[in-house]
Amino acid sequence: MPEVHIRKKLTVVEEIFHERGPAPAAPLRRAACLVVIRNPYAGQYVSDIAGFMDDLKPLGLEMARALVQNLGGDPKVVEGYGKGAIVGSAGELEHGALWHVPGGYGMREVLGGAKAIVASTKKVGGPGTRLDVPITHINASYVRSHFDAMEIGIADSPRADEILLALVMTTGARIHARVGGLKASEVKGEDGLR
Amino acid sequence: MKANIRKIATFVEETQTEMGRKIDPPTRRAAAVAVIENPFAGKFVEDLSDLMTIGEELGELLTERAVAALGIAAHTAESYGKAAAVGENGEIEHAAAILHPKLGAPVRKVLGKGAALIPSSKKRGGLGLVLDIPLGHKDAAFVRSHFDGMEVRISDAPRANEIMVAIAVTDSGRPLPRVGGLSKEQIKGEDGLR
Repeated sequence: MPEVHIRKKLTVVEEIFHERGPAPAAPLRRAACLVVIRNPYAGQYVSDIAGFMDDLKPLGLEMARALVQNLGGDPKVVEGYGKGAIVGSAGELEHGALWHVPGGYGMREVLGGAKAIVASTKKVGGPGTRLDVPITHINASYVRSHFDAMEIGIADSPRADEILLALVMTTGARIHARVGGLKASEVKGEDGLR
Repeated sequence: MKANIRKIATFVEETQTEMGRKIDPPTRRAAAVAVIENPFAGKFVEDLSDLMTIGEELGELLTERAVAALGIAAHTAESYGKAAAVGENGEIEHAAAILHPKLGAPVRKVLGKGAALIPSSKKRGGLGLVLDIPLGHKDAAFVRSHFDGMEVRISDAPRANEIMVAIAVTDSGRPLPRVGGLSKEQIKGEDGLR
């Protein structure tokens, strides 16, 4: 199957102290790792593409490790995650779907078996396209305080024959979360939902 | 006056290939951006010295963050730049007060040197404003390979009463520079220009 060719990487780390309400003891940290790769299927319809998911697994793992490193190095601090992809204009949305398995695999490996489905989104777009990567709790999708999203993008990416791959991790709830629902402290952690 | 910081975002960009050519070692640059409250939003204040003091504080904090994000020894940084974006209830002059009188000295202290002018840009605008931080070699402004710019953007900043303050630091110039001019090997480093 095709090799993974990387053009560039961007790491973004946000540390949020408050949003004009009472500042919690520990700030919320959110990190995104973006990697721009060549799209091996750009410009043509290829019916058998699924093998590329395996080729992307080492990259998924590397990006997940980089995120944990950027959040301080301890995977235990990670409470939320999400993933996304932007496919350049010579590709198709289905190429973005190749990221579901390797992106999720990488984060679960590094986080020690997170149970919840990894929230995700994808689109086809030109350089500078922004993507709102959805974020949910790593063990229980219904934890309301952890519903969040992080906007990502790179001015010169993706070019037509590229795919921008993204993984996002966070250390906790929205900074002033107060709209009720299932709490992180109430998670049973059996079915990935509650 | 100390800065009331709502959030800090750091960006690290690494370019590994360009037009199919390997960049070895990859070019790397980092930006650290603070989103702070503008103490003078919505009114004309003659004396801007509080913002100058805030500039001094952020000069040290953001340079340290950018260098840490790059993971390099501070004295090996090659180029730098600074920028500020004022929310709609502030004045361009507020950005000037932060950037120009006192911010540079602590930047140079952290990096160990920095004979050259720190290139800068400023603007006023709404949330999600794109800030292009100009970059130039820190010891000799005429080093052509290091003329560059780095785009940063935070989707929820600056709010009307906020200011975004950014410092960028690199360990390299543009990928594959080949338009001549003074090279970094030719730097005399006496006047900040050559």
